[in-house]
Amino acid sequence: MKSILLSLLLLPVLALANEAEITVKAPVDLGNHESLQRGARTFVNYCLNCHSANYMRYNRLQDIGLSEKQIKDNLLLAGDKVGDTMQVAIDPKDAKKWFGATPPDLSVEVRARGADWLYAYLRGFYKDDTRPTGWNNTVYDKVAMPHVLYELQGVQVLNHETHALELVKPGKLSPAEYNEMVGDLTNFMAFMAEPAKQSRQFIGIFVLLFLGVLFVLVKKIKTEYWKDIK
Amino acid sequence: MKNSPMAEQKVTATTTGGLAGVVDWVDARFPLTSNIKNHLTEYYAPKNFNFWYFFGSLALLVLVMQIVTGIFLTMHYKPDAQQAFASVEYIMRDVFGGNIIRYMHSTGASMFFVVVYMHMFRGLIYGSYRTPRELIWLFGVGIFLVLMGEAFFGYLLPWGQMSYWGAQVIVNLFSTVPFIGPDLSEWLRGDYLVSDATLNRFFAFHVIALPLVLLGLVAVHLIALHEVGSNNPDGVEIKAHKDKKTGIPLDGIPFHPYYSVKDLVGVVVFLMVFAAIVFFAPEMGGYFLEANNFVPADPLKTPAHIAPVWYFTPYYSILRAVPPIGISQFPGVVAMGLSVVVFAFLPWLDRGAVKSIRYRGALYKRWLAAFVVSFLILGYLGTVPADVWGQFGAWMGKADRATVVARICMTVYFLFFALMPWYTKRDKTKPVPERVTH
Repeated sequence: MKSILLSLLLLPVLALANEAEITVKAPVDLGNHESLQRGARTFVNYCLNCHSANYMRYNRLQDIGLSEKQIKDNLLLAGDKVGDTMQVAIDPKDAKKWFGATPPDLSVEVRARGADWLYAYLRGFYKDDTRPTGWNNTVYDKVAMPHVLYELQGVQVLNHETHALELVKPGKLSPAEYNEMVGDLTNFMAFMAEPAKQSRQFIGIFVLLFLGVLFVLVKKIKTEYWKDIK
Repeated sequence: MKNSPMAEQKVTATTTGGLAGVVDWVDARFPLTSNIKNHLTEYYAPKNFNFWYFFGSLALLVLVMQIVTGIFLTMHYKPDAQQAFASVEYIMRDVFGGNIIRYMHSTGASMFFVVVYMHMFRGLIYGSYRTPRELIWLFGVGIFLVLMGEAFFGYLLPWGQMSYWGAQVIVNLFSTVPFIGPDLSEWLRGDYLVSDATLNRFFAFHVIALPLVLLGLVAVHLIALHEVGSNNPDGVEIKAHKDKKTGIPLDGIPFHPYYSVKDLVGVVVFLMVFAAIVFFAPEMGGYFLEANNFVPADPLKTPAHIAPVWYFTPYYSILRAVPPIGISQFPGVVAMGLSVVVFAFLPWLDRGAVKSIRYRGALYKRWLAAFVVSFLILGYLGTVPADVWGQFGAWMGKADRATVVARICMTVYFLFFALMPWYTKRDKTKPVPERVTH
């Protein structure tokens, strides 16, 4: 009977093994504030022109070590307040006309797609003249989004025999630098998807410690009461 | 004149003061002490309860947690198709402690089913549904049904893609009913597709209608239980052997303090598991919170793979496994409904000479094992697409392997019930002891 119980608990874990494809591992480290700050800068400079993050407030960036003044001076657009969420100026109707699809809100994108997917996606753009934007992506076929970071990454093409990406025209950054940059960006977006994750886990340690102590106590009470039940 | 107020006071003054006086005062107006005695301090439970008997009190604990966290979520949630998704993220980010309350509620939903499935399994193995406990079992089946409704309605509220399309699929099941189907599902949705109107009514069902029914059913479940007394792992009636002087069952011990302190240990262990999930793995690898539900509902974009949350997947598997008649999926819907309701017939299907699995023969044990394995396989298959294991060759008409396995498991599932009168009667049972073993 214990084994039935065990298998019940293990069932979710065992059933996980689908969806392979993504072979890269995103360098997510929510404790690395410098990486998160670099990622925030990239996000505000490049992504936030078309994509909103409607559930993310600027002042939440204090959680990754930025002061309110730093946020105001470096990241806020004119007119925005530090308590505002990351809105975008682009009109959804225009966006739909230009790209064929409204750029999705990115607040919880990492929770929807996974950090590894996003990291592979940001590295997976290649030149494809059959697409209206001239770009395609290895993990998101026929994606409507053009390669916004191509000046930094350079131009990749897909080798259809080896299914590998080849850099045909280098960008401003070396491949290692580019990977680090989108790694930071992915890390930031993982933070943004659930800003309270770290504090939640921190609280959890104390909750479990408390319950551990409580367990010893209630177990003692139980034993004391039950010693006269024969 | 001077003396009259004093005289009055003397008449109404109680003989005792302090707390006891207050209790006396209440007892004269409300059966407080007698209820505490009947249900706690002088409710005699068998002394041989084991691991499986924790799950009743745990179910009550989860119910209370769901109600309390639910109340706090309702304070911040907006049942509006334009605002629902955003309000959940608002709770996750801007409401103080909101993320923990929300995770407690979402984890609570899944853990409710874990606990209730364990509780039902306990009833199954120890024959707790047998005479004189049929009504307890029926109320329990009612609780299970309402709980499923509660979970289903609640799942729409975050208004993510899985919420939306899950509701769409389930409501569409009703449209398979012959003749009235399409009108019926439209009536349930309140619109031609799942929309704001649907969200509003599901919210109403989730936060008030079903919780009221649930609480009522839990109350009668407990009243019936305390009327006849608890079963136990030996399946013997402790009321058959009472102390001649006191009338107390010889194998019974007062629920309080013995089981209150024992259940407290179970509660703390359960809370440790619960907290581990809430604080460290609230998505539970996508089984408690699905990734696709972090994409706002989009009526124009059907997800490639729609699957219900894990606790519905055994029944969902049965739904998919039944082949349609013509173009009608109605047989699958009927089979799914039957697979849930069939539990209600257990008290009249079981003809065994003994209640507990401890004294049953090999025949029953094998059927039970086959049933449990089928249930788990069906549960797994319900989480994955039907082509997960590929197809058989031409000799099987290139049928999906998983579908064939699901059909076999479904057959075992129903045969467990259908053949029960036969195999429980024919089973070679062992002699049952007079008194409980402890």
